[in-house]
Parts: sequence; structure tokens; C-alpha cells
Amino acid sequence: MYAPPVCVPLLSQTRKMDSPSIRCSFHLLVCWLFVGVGCSSVEKKIYVHLNYTLPCVRLLNATHQIGCQSHLSGNVGVLHVLESEENLDWVLRSGLNPPYLVILDSPLFTRSIMMKLKNGSSRVAGVAVVAPSTNPPDGVSPHTNCPNENTGVYTEKYDPALAHCNVTVWNPLGSGLSYEEFDFPIFSLKDDNDTKVIRQCYMDHNRAVNGSAPQHPLCAMQLLSHMSAVTDTATCMRRSDLSAFSLSPGLDTVCDPLADFNVWASTRPLNNTAKGHKEGESVVVAAARLDSRSFFFDVAPGAESSVSGFVALLAAAHALRSVTQEAPPPRNILYAFFQGETFDYIGSSRMVYDMEKKHFVVDLDNIHSLLEIGQVGLRVNSSLWLHSDPVSRKNSSVDGEVKKLLESLRAGAAGLNVSLAEPSFSQPLPPSSFQRFLRARPIPGVVIQDHQSSFTNRFYESMYDNAGYLDISYPPDLTPEQQLQFVTDTATALTEVATVVARSLYAQAGGDQARLSSINADPQMVTQMLYGFLVRSNNSWFQQLVPSNLMSFLADRPTNLYVGVLNQHSELTMLVQHLLANLTGTTVNITQENCNYQREDEQDKANKHMFFYVWVQGAAPPNATEREGFCTRSTVRLTSALSPAFDLQEYTSKDYSTWTESRWKSISGRIFLVAGHELEMLTLGVGLGVLITSLLLTYAMSAKADILFSSGREPVNATY
Amino acid sequence: MGIKNPFIDGEVLSFTSPPFSPCDSLCAPPLLRAFFWLVSLLLASLVWFISVQISNKDSAAQQKGLLIFGVVLSVLLQETFRFAYYKLLKKANEGLLTLSQEETMPISIRQLAYVSGLGFGFMSGAFSVVNILADSVGPGTIGIHGDSQHYFLSSAFMTMAIILLHMFWGVIFFDGCERQRWWAVAAVVVSHLVVSCLTFQNPQYVGSLVPTYVILLAMAAWAFHTAGGSLRNLKLCLTCKDTDFLLANHRPR
Repeated sequence: MYAPPVCVPLLSQTRKMDSPSIRCSFHLLVCWLFVGVGCSSVEKKIYVHLNYTLPCVRLLNATHQIGCQSHLSGNVGVLHVLESEENLDWVLRSGLNPPYLVILDSPLFTRSIMMKLKNGSSRVAGVAVVAPSTNPPDGVSPHTNCPNENTGVYTEKYDPALAHCNVTVWNPLGSGLSYEEFDFPIFSLKDDNDTKVIRQCYMDHNRAVNGSAPQHPLCAMQLLSHMSAVTDTATCMRRSDLSAFSLSPGLDTVCDPLADFNVWASTRPLNNTAKGHKEGESVVVAAARLDSRSFFFDVAPGAESSVSGFVALLAAAHALRSVTQEAPPPRNILYAFFQGETFDYIGSSRMVYDMEKKHFVVDLDNIHSLLEIGQVGLRVNSSLWLHSDPVSRKNSSVDGEVKKLLESLRAGAAGLNVSLAEPSFSQPLPPSSFQRFLRARPIPGVVIQDHQSSFTNRFYESMYDNAGYLDISYPPDLTPEQQLQFVTDTATALTEVATVVARSLYAQAGGDQARLSSINADPQMVTQMLYGFLVRSNNSWFQQLVPSNLMSFLADRPTNLYVGVLNQHSELTMLVQHLLANLTGTTVNITQENCNYQREDEQDKANKHMFFYVWVQGAAPPNATEREGFCTRSTVRLTSALSPAFDLQEYTSKDYSTWTESRWKSISGRIFLVAGHELEMLTLGVGLGVLITSLLLTYAMSAKADILFSSGREPVNATY
Repeated sequence: MGIKNPFIDGEVLSFTSPPFSPCDSLCAPPLLRAFFWLVSLLLASLVWFISVQISNKDSAAQQKGLLIFGVVLSVLLQETFRFAYYKLLKKANEGLLTLSQEETMPISIRQLAYVSGLGFGFMSGAFSVVNILADSVGPGTIGIHGDSQHYFLSSAFMTMAIILLHMFWGVIFFDGCERQRWWAVAAVVVSHLVVSCLTFQNPQYVGSLVPTYVILLAMAAWAFHTAGGSLRNLKLCLTCKDTDFLLANHRPR
């Protein structure tokens, strides 16, 4: 509604009796009443709004800003559909109507084209990438080719020969586009009706016919994604802090740190209130990472890069539930799921920091060994690779422990259709949370991956790393409920990995080897988890596991694995927390009130330190509509995954992650026609001409009024 | 995210005038007349709104019929309010005469007619065009759905025609009421209806603009004649013999 402009010209007539506010509200009322004829029907004739837009947003760290920026009122550019890399010449040099807004199909969204567009950015107003409905045949990864190279363990101090991916380039297909800075907006569009309208508009108005220039009116698009933060994290945090002194604190915050929560649980309950070293506890840590990212905001399917790993660990935890109750092994097993690992190991660096500062239930001395599950979804020839750190293994005691861990793994894989192998040469660890533990202490550990050297994942941290890439396919004509229950081949393969992990953990924790063959992961669980995270999180199984107030987080699309900012509760962490509670915990028969107060009965004061109680929705029994909830008791806890740099206020820290995300007001796009310069000048000229003519005429007439109007037969009671 | 309008939050322009100055009589009528026009528009839109709500929203023919009905009703209401305003001004003028202890009226009914018609036309024009102007400020122009590019120009010309027409109609209407010439009043109403219905010709802008301008010229000539003009006066003005004429007639102002 354009209420303000309606009020402006009328103010010139204001007198004491009509205050402008009454007039304006009057106009608003009348205008609103014309809803059908429409105060905005002119706007509908001019603009077509884009419904589905995924922008690229700005992220900042200690030294750089990455991502895209637009002008405060949006970037307007004449549409141009790029046909090939040679066609870029039209945009960058020979086109007659700059700036251009380039529409790319996804095969053209490559580093070379984007860098050329970035260099010619005075003539480029923005880029819109049309995302295909199926994955491209070649791999494409917008991430860097050496992920997290400065915050892992391989620095110049640790071993200069292994730093900066000198030995193995982990992500060779990485173009690094996600870490470039663009000063124009880049949006992703789905290949749907809106995009057809855009292409049709281009065909109708913007095509150069037979070499001659296209005539006005030309089809144009406006993209708005103005980001408030600039330069780097230190600058934007300083500007946000300044707002605390203003009259409206918190409203001028320009950026937020990337943060969420880590999820952990243990097979033997640990006293969560007593932090620091626990005497006599020897813990085997089983770690996996949760998050992922892509070039565009809020899209991160992360199927192979994250989901395969944490689903395998969840299934392993479920497999170990019964045997760790019946025959508890001597060592405790701590399952740890880290958030924010994509952005310089936010979660694991925070947990190590908490352990060092004695703010966590155990500390680094309690850790016996560590087993991490990395990317395990795309096994070639059913083999899994066991990566370890060559530098810490130079120490013979650490090497001995690592060899024992490898023995446990081999025991775990015995009799299964999985072959384990170590990489054949001395190679550093791939990017993994274990590296942050090694930075603090030479802990013996192994990272399980499905690749020997470079990633097998061709879509690492890309929007194409989805269910289709893992070959998760269902027979046609299945209802969503049937799809949830159907055990796919991918699920079967991942179940084997989970079984290996579970058995190895039990063996490593000192459990009885004879019981190993009874530990098996459940393929039904694995396929349901894969469906929930990669196809549709709003399914009947997830609905049963969550409390009723968190139902709104479940969506009819794959889970978004992006870590998000501080105080923004993510669907992923919530789901993993409640899944882990259900898979490792037990149902207790207590009232909902007691469950919410973390006690088993009115007098219980001790259990809240050891256990976590949550009342979940449950399922509706047949022939009933009300769900029957129940209380689950488990050892699942959440710990903060906010980088220590923000607690210490060291915003230029080189040791910890300093990633923040900029804030913005609105993000939108629309297409329309732009008029030629000639028509605009004509309209202006006509208007000015009419104005001057009317002024002259009025003056002339009023000067000669007594002559002009003298011969009238006037009414009797009037005089001049 | 909205833009604060300094005018809404700014001061109210207050306007005090000495008693019985020309401004008293000349400033009030256009404002009051504008207000009267607004009230008529409000009533018309209320009726239209209610009828749209109770109508069948899916039937395009019914919606078009409703639109025509709304336009006709709005025109009739505007003319009714014009008449009401005329009556009000007559009464106010007589009251002013008795109060002011002067022998003659401070302002002629003809000047009142012109001035009130102007106010009426200005409000009507503002209402038609400000919406369109506000949308024209953005980067785009009309045309993506196939409409003509000349929408803004045509709207501007149409608005100008309507404002001038209201002015001429005011003069003719008041004169007709003064001299009990009801056919003149009827002609005003009919031509108003004709012009409003001509807009249904859009987007054939030629079909709506040309007849409107023809009617405008006809009304201009009629109003000129009613206001006391004639071809002779026009010729006198244009050939600059006016000073001689004044001296010869020596009418006091």
C-alpha cells in the first residue's frame, strides 16, 4: 500500500479544521475499500514477483567477507540468458544496455565464468542460476579444495610437510566459489513456471534479431538482498556492540555468530552437574559431524558429507543399547555429534575448549581413544578406509594404542561384507573433528571414511549432495508412509557400516569379544532415518519421537543442515537429540509432570544430574485420534557449539572459528519491462509543456477576465 | 522497513485569515467541495464494496456488471453532492450578507461555481492519478503482461480532461440551478455519465480519449458562454483592442 504518497499532495490544502492525519486515514479507508479494483492493480500490471528465490548471503570471518551483496534498493539489470562462455562478451563488452542481469543454467555456473563476471561487475547487475531438477553428470563443488586448512591440526608448527594439503588434495573438484566475494546478488531459481515466464520475457523482448540491437521496452529483473555487515567479524561485532548504548539495543545488530548445540550421550550415565575430570572414567569417544552447507543460503542437503556419517553413528548407538545394559564394558562410550564443523570446526573446538577449561563432564585426560565416522555413504567395492595421524603415531605409545584401535575395528568387521584397509602411505587425516582433539592432546584415534585419498564425494558441500546422489530411490507408486518403511539398498549398505562401528566400539571399550556377533544395526532404523533426513522430515516416525511443541519444526522437505546463527533453533539438532534419546534411552512409566521436572517421583532429586527426561508425543493407537505420549529417559545432553572466539571476544583469532552471518531486511526478486529513454523524455517533455502552457493561459485569462466575461447576463444579486 | 513520511508526522499547516477577506470565500470552497466529493466517493465505494461481497466472485460478467453499476452510482452521487453543495453555498452566502452589513455579496455565485468546480476536479484528479504516479516511481513500466506502454501518458491526459471537465460542469451546473434551467443540469449529469463510461473502452486509449476531448471542448465553449464570454470578447482580447473597450465602457470594478 502506498499510503504516504497519497497524503503528500493534499497537505498543501490543509487548514486548521482538517488535520492531515484524519485526511490520510480517510484516504487509506477509501483506498482500502477499492480492494477489488485495486490500489495495487497498477503494480500487478508492472511487476511479476518471484516466488521461490534462494539468495547467497554474506558471511564474515576474522579477515574476509564472502558471499554476495546488493544495493539498498536492489539491483536492476536487463535480462540476458547466457548461452555459452563466449556469449559473455555481450554482457561484458558489446551489449548496449548495461548493466545486465545474467541468467545461467547450472552447467555454466563455473568458476571461470563467475570470475569473469566478478571482474566486469560494473556491467553486471546480478546473476540468477537456474537449478536443475536432477544432479549434473559431472561433479561440482563450490567449497575450497582444502577444507578448514587453517584450523585443523596440520599447521606449520605441527608438520610443515603436511600443511595446506601438500600431500593430498581432499576436494579436488572444489572451485572455491563459496568463499569468494561478489558485489552483486546471486540467486538460485527452481526450474518452474516463474523461470518459464522469465525465459519467455527474454525471448519476446531482449533477443537481438539479425544482429541488430534489441528495441525498448526491454525485460529486466530486480534482485534485492542487501546485507548489513561489512568487512570482517571484528568490524561487525564492534558495530553491533555499539548499538547496546543506543536507545534501541539489539535492533542495530548487523551480524550474528554461527552457532548451535552439540549433542552427546554416554552408555554409562555421567553426572552432568559435576564438570571437569572424572576419576576412574576412561571414555571412548565416537564422533560424527552434523552440519553441511552450499553456495546458497538455507540449502544444505549434505547427504554424503554429513548424513551418512551421523546416521551410521545413530544406528550404531541403537545397536549397542541392549548389550551395554546386559554386559557393560569397562570403558564408557561417549557419542558426540558436532555442529558447525563446516565452518572451521565450531562444535569440536568448543568441546575441546570446554574440556580444557573443565566445563564439560569429562576432560581430556578421561579420553582413552577416539573413533570418528566421516563420509561413509559411497563405498567403492565395499571397502572402508581407516585414516590416522602419522605425526602423533611417531610416538610409540600412541602408535600402540592406535594399533589396538585398528585391531578392535578389524574384530568388528569380521564376518561382515566390509573390508577395512589403511591408506597405503603416510597421509594426514582428512578434515575431521578429531583434528581439533589432536591440537590439544595426542589422543589415539581413527577416522573411518569411504575414500582412500581424495573424497569420493563429487558434490562436497553442494546443493546436489542429496538423496539422489546416494542413490536412494523408491519404487514408484508408494505412499509416503510406505516409502518411510521401504529398506533401500543404500540403507542396507549403511547398516553394515553401522554394525562395524558398533562392534568396534564395544571391542574398543573392552567388551567381551564373544558378544560381538550379537551386535547388529537395524536396517529398518537406518532407512527410516535416511528418509527423514533426506526426503521428508515430517513423517510419522519423527512425529512420534518429538515433543508436541516442536512439531512445527518438521517440514515436508529434506532437512536443512546449515548450522544457522546463535539463538536460532535448528531442526537438525532437535531431531538428532530426540532420535538419540529414543535410540539409546528407555521408556519410563512416570507422569508427564514428573517427566518435565526431570524426576521420577516427587522426592527424586538425584536423577536430574544423571539423566535427561523428555515427554514425547508418541503414536495414536489404532481407532483413536489422540496421541499417547510417554517419557523417555536417556543420557542425551546438549552443549553449546559457539566458537570460543566469541566468549573470549577475540574476533581476529587464528585458533578458533570466527564465522558470522550478516543480517538483512528483506530478500526478493521481481521482473518487469523497462522503458526506452526516448519514451521517458517524451513523457517528461509533454508534461512540462502542458504545465507551462496552462500557467500562461491561466495568467492571460485572469489578466483579461473583465473583458472576456463582460457580456454575461448575470444574476441580479451578484456584483464584481 | 517503511519510509517515514515527514509530512504525516510534521506540523499541521494552520491557516488563520482575517474576517471576510477574499481568502475566506475563495479558499474554503475548493477545500470544502473537495471534502464533499470525498464523502460522495466514500458512499459510492461503500455501496460497491458491499455489493461485491454479496455477489458471485467467480462470474466475470457479474463482476463487470457490478463495475458499471459502481461507476454509474458514483457519478450520480457526485452530482447529488454537487447540488447539495450549491444549496449550502447559497444559504451561506445569504447568511454572510445579513451578517456583513454590506449591500452586495462579497463574491459572485459564478466565481463560487468556478472555484468549487476546480476543487472538485482537483480532488477527483488527485484520486485518479496519485496511485498511478506512486507505482510509476519504481524501475519498471507497464507491459510485461502485454498491456500498452502508453498507460501513464494516457492516464495523465485523461486526468487532465476530467479536472477541466469538472470545472466547466461546475460553472454550467450552478448557472443552471440559479436560473432554474434544469435541462442544463441534466446535460451535465448525462455528459458526466458518458465520460465515465467511455473509460470502459480502455485499453483502446484512442477510443476513450478522443470522445472525451470532444466533450471537453464542447463543455468549455458552453461554460465560456455561460460565464459571460462571447466570440466578440475573444476577438477583442486577441487583437489587443481591450484597453480602448475598457475606456469606452468605463465600468467600475
